[in-house]
Amino acid sequence: MKNKSQFVYVTYISSTTEKVWNALMDPEMTRRYWAHLNVSDWKVGSPWKHQDSSTGETHLVGKVVEVTPPRRLVITWSAPGDEGIEEKHSRVTFEIDSSGKAVRLTVTHDELEPGSEMERGISRGWPVVLSNLKTLLETGQAMETKPLFEFSRK
Amino acid sequence: MDRVFKALADPNRRKLLDLLRADNGQVLGDLCRHLDMSRQAATKHLKLLEAANLVVTVWRGREKLHYLNPVPIHEIYERWIGKFERSRLRALYDLKEELEKDYEK
Repeated sequence: MKNKSQFVYVTYISSTTEKVWNALMDPEMTRRYWAHLNVSDWKVGSPWKHQDSSTGETHLVGKVVEVTPPRRLVITWSAPGDEGIEEKHSRVTFEIDSSGKAVRLTVTHDELEPGSEMERGISRGWPVVLSNLKTLLETGQAMETKPLFEFSRK
Repeated sequence: MDRVFKALADPNRRKLLDLLRADNGQVLGDLCRHLDMSRQAATKHLKLLEAANLVVTVWRGREKLHYLNPVPIHEIYERWIGKFERSRLRALYDLKEELEKDYEK
């Protein structure tokens, strides 16, 4: 049963479901808290890519699996070099629920290869991305992203 | 943030987080095998960890799986660690790990 690994991350953000939803897909927003542009037309079956905002290099690719605005987004996720290798594709589910005055954002990353470079990378990366997204939406300003992502990549 | 510090202040709760870090997504029964406490006590600790958002639970059928959620700990890190200190702290941490590894042999 446990041949693939799964991670679940949650953050509570004082914002609206629509703003959080938009922040996942608007490349101008993702640039500010993620240092990457998430580029896609966000239609089911379409490709998406995760592009370094300073070099333009593509670091991740995948397909859009499910789009239910402003609640649920499911995408596949892999390194560009593994695009043709199905078993190396993992899956990310974003769920947005209102929770009192705040919004609860849950990120479930599953179908990961245990012990892989990707597993190591995402388990360092998600806490950085989510706390930075929270800061951006709550204060209108993101932390400087470059040192954050140097840390998470190391 | 108070809830996070309160949750982390107890060694049993830190042990629970360590167990989830080693193997994410465990059920209560799995966690109890490594702990010297009753199921009731473990449940109580897990509730506190969940209230602090350090543990997230997901139902899979009739099983309740527990996941480590380090996002609030990262928020603490962000609050007190400046951007220029990060790489130096990382280097110090790596050095400590390296030296202590040899010492233990």
